[in-house]
Amino acid sequence: MNRLSLRTFPLLQTATSVGLSALARAVTGVRPIWSGCQPSDRQRIYFANHTSHGDFILLSACLSERERATTHAVAAAEYWRKSRLRRFIAEDMLSSVLISRQWTRPEENPISVMLSVLDRGHSLIIFPEGTRNMSDELLPFRSGLYNLSMARPEVELIPCWIENMSRVLPKGQFLPVPLLCRVVFGAPVAVAPGEERRAFLERARAELLALNPRPDRDE
Amino acid sequence: MRHEISILIIGLFVVLTTASATAAVLSARAPKPLSATLTNLTQRINAWWVMVALMTVAFFFGRYGMTILFALISFAALREFVTLTHSRRSDHWVLLGMFGIVIPVQYWLVWTAWYGLFVIFIPVYCFLLMPAITALHGDTERFLERVSAQQWAIMIAVYCVSHVPALLTLNVPGFEGRNLLLVAFLIIVVQGSDVLQYIFGKLFGKHRFSPKVSPSKTWEGLIGGLVASSLLGALLAFITPFSPLQASAVAFVACTMGFLGGLVASAIKRDQGVKDWGHLIEGHGGMLDRTDSLVFAAPIFFHLVRYFWTV
Repeated sequence: MNRLSLRTFPLLQTATSVGLSALARAVTGVRPIWSGCQPSDRQRIYFANHTSHGDFILLSACLSERERATTHAVAAAEYWRKSRLRRFIAEDMLSSVLISRQWTRPEENPISVMLSVLDRGHSLIIFPEGTRNMSDELLPFRSGLYNLSMARPEVELIPCWIENMSRVLPKGQFLPVPLLCRVVFGAPVAVAPGEERRAFLERARAELLALNPRPDRDE
Repeated sequence: MRHEISILIIGLFVVLTTASATAAVLSARAPKPLSATLTNLTQRINAWWVMVALMTVAFFFGRYGMTILFALISFAALREFVTLTHSRRSDHWVLLGMFGIVIPVQYWLVWTAWYGLFVIFIPVYCFLLMPAITALHGDTERFLERVSAQQWAIMIAVYCVSHVPALLTLNVPGFEGRNLLLVAFLIIVVQGSDVLQYIFGKLFGKHRFSPKVSPSKTWEGLIGGLVASSLLGALLAFITPFSPLQASAVAFVACTMGFLGGLVASAIKRDQGVKDWGHLIEGHGGMLDRTDSLVFAAPIFFHLVRYFWTV
């Protein structure tokens, strides 16, 4: 196993995931809205808007305990490997998949790192905007979503709109304001035959935007 | 006091059992699948069982129980209010302060019975200092709207709600040690009025009271509910320092305020484009959907009692 593979500390990770989910529910009363799909054990890639470190905690709090154990958030290695503490949190406690933007060796290629997780039958949570978004608009998507879908077409791509998290825990803050949050799970999106990269990414982005239950309000 | 509490608990138990039985009979007779109204009725009654049970438990813990319970109610209500209204990233610390400082301080003032500061902490100190903090942050976009929403949030969810446990601090001659019953009177009469208005509205409702604000409120529901809850007030005079006539008058004022509270809450929800404040209480909506009437009734009830009955 190389150092990019998922490290497993089952007890620590279960305790963390149960604790964080309970915390997310207590603070934000988070409710899943299954508008386009149902909870399932199927292998999935959940893709969501990204404004806060709390995003993936909120999303995974909406999944069943069993699903949560095999669903990993994809995060930036540049940020989460900066210190030992961050690395411990991301890899050992949260069992995140860290990918590097400035990769050099082939085994660091983000796509192959993510594919190796999918090949173990696990699911992923990805934020295709590529960064925590500070603006009011959803940013254009990076290509990962398209590449993953082309490589593993049998895995469902589920758009997930995370509501209000930018207000609960904005970028740069560490104390959350308790506000009610919802996560809207949409219908699976798939690459249509012959659909090209840009068109697909734009369509996936539109599908995600369409899930926003209150598009009129600016946050 | 034990005697009165036993009567109240038995009374509530009988009322809820009757309600559950009625809903069960109606559901058994109705064509399947059940109508939305009937399903909602059953959910509402089930939620009432839980709420009455929680209130009863809090009652047995006396002043501790009441203060903690209403602080938690303020937390849930404030969370719903702030979620619904506009805020910006620069409001983060003010919002945190509303939850982390305003609620604890206000309920500490209730606990220590520091009346002088209890009545002005939010309307004077928070009113002036919170917009000052917002201004110091330098973000002026939709400034007045943001600070107004914050003021409303703490006035409604914290200040008004805190007047319920504050009833325990009043000193009514000849009524010493029985103030919990004042809390019970207020809650039973105001929440009872909500239920009675709902029942009269469903049975006889024809003329809408205010179709633009709240289509479900009717004149028939309002009048029937207010008359019935005034009678309920008179019936409950034995747990209060009031005479039956006084009790029905106080109940009438409290329930009228409660009705207006529901109306204002509906106007806010309509303005913000939602039907309910939240989903905390199955069948009812959020905490504020259940407490909007109490929010408006509590301060007026508190001051009526304080002005006319305390020394």
